[in-house]
Amino acid sequence: MRPVERLARLVTPFAAGLLVAACAQAPALRGTSDLGVIVERAQGRVQVVDTTTRTSLATLGGLGDLSHASVVYSRDGRYAYVFGRDGGLTKIDLLGQKIERRVMQAGNSIGGAISQDGRVVAAQNYAPGGVKLFDAQTLELLADIPSATGPNGERSKVVGLADAPGDLFVASLFDANEIWVIDAADPRAPKVTRFRDIGRQPYDGLVTPDGRYYLAGLFGEDGIALLDLWHRERGVSRILANYGRGEEKLPVYKMPHLRGWAVAGGYAFLPAVGRHEILVVDTRTWREVGRVAVAGQPVFAIARPDGRQVWVNFALPDNGLVQVIDTETRSVAATLSPGKAVLHMEFTPRGENVWISARDDNRVLIYDTATLQVQKTLPIDEPSGVFFTARAGRIGF
Amino acid sequence: MSLKRGPLRTAGFAGALVALLAAPAAPARAEHAAADLGAVSPASPAAAAPSAARQRELLTLLRNDCGACHGMRRTGGLGPALTPAALRDRPDDSLVATVLSGRSGTAMPPWRPFMSEADAVWLVARLKSNPEGDHAPR
Repeated sequence: MRPVERLARLVTPFAAGLLVAACAQAPALRGTSDLGVIVERAQGRVQVVDTTTRTSLATLGGLGDLSHASVVYSRDGRYAYVFGRDGGLTKIDLLGQKIERRVMQAGNSIGGAISQDGRVVAAQNYAPGGVKLFDAQTLELLADIPSATGPNGERSKVVGLADAPGDLFVASLFDANEIWVIDAADPRAPKVTRFRDIGRQPYDGLVTPDGRYYLAGLFGEDGIALLDLWHRERGVSRILANYGRGEEKLPVYKMPHLRGWAVAGGYAFLPAVGRHEILVVDTRTWREVGRVAVAGQPVFAIARPDGRQVWVNFALPDNGLVQVIDTETRSVAATLSPGKAVLHMEFTPRGENVWISARDDNRVLIYDTATLQVQKTLPIDEPSGVFFTARAGRIGF
Repeated sequence: MSLKRGPLRTAGFAGALVALLAAPAAPARAEHAAADLGAVSPASPAAAAPSAARQRELLTLLRNDCGACHGMRRTGGLGPALTPAALRDRPDDSLVATVLSGRSGTAMPPWRPFMSEADAVWLVARLKSNPEGDHAPR
């Protein structure tokens, strides 16, 4: 090696280091598959977290009312779209650790979805009721779809919005008892197919992991509305219509959440409304094949990515508990007490850890899902939703 | 969804309650027992105002658990808005009854397992006066 070349080799790393230090806007190259955000609901902030180092990388504020905030990801896993309760829609750059864009798109919003091709972000709104479609890059409004169904143009609250293959969005109308399929292939001129009288008060919905079925949980009556997206001409059918018939339901202190619901090994594990039960349903026949008695009224039932466990949290007054169901024996394998007011659980992409938010303890706990031991806790102010970028590649998330 | 029709028909107390509730810190809590579902005796011992510690608990409940449906800032969600403007024309006794007993046919559950009637009276007063501090970031 000639002296000059040796000198260059010595200097280059230093020069590169100086360059990085001097250029605060350009963080070191990295991927995003181990990143995520945690919502600090009361503070209008999110923390950007790293699931490899199990640390918080940044705190971003000014996002408005984030109670019940939810998040979807761009298909490259770089941008998080945060839907606030107050109608704020904020696009966050996880790599740049900054707010990229932000619009106020409604008065009262409850969540959103992103299209299969990643070009369209959809928001579901309570007031004014409807669905709005936005350009995922610019957040420009592309279409406004009012959920007007009443004789005088009354708008329903929209719930259970989910993406489905074919650049579809599917949503339920809580006050109008309808399911809408929105074809967003041309997002400036979406086509809406309405399915009426699908059951009373659909409160949430989901698309199965394969993208074929849309299910809407019903609050006003027993059962679940099922739409086969491969055969929409067959209309909406009812499953589990007989579960709990004649039994007195318990008062519901928190609506179950269906998105992220657990499909494991061909069986869906569903939170039962107003009961201390998880229903087990065969996804080939959509018939109930069993129930698992649990500690309280379930809110989330989420499968570990390998399907071996389903983790369940609960409504008041059992919201300090989490139970782990063994999907093979369909029984509770463990009962954990992560902290006060457990709101959400999110698995790392391959499921070795689950991050659990304990709102009233102001912390997020990171569990090893094999040993069920806490590996680390992070201080987060009133944490609610935990959302990792693995959602970017999943249908219905 | 309307809160207008409560199961109670104790309208005679409403006027007096509104006057009282305009000053939520007022010590004259005994009158609030009138809003209870069953007890109509103004001398009911259940009317003691919640302690300061209990008030903090109730505000946490209001923000987070009521807030799950009505919004952390009470601007509404699956349930109706609970802002002072939205509640202005609702009789207090009807609101207290709704809090304690829920509303059949809707998603509103009875909160009696989690609070006394005095707690509910205090909460209704709080809702109607709605101090900014309830939802301001800490």
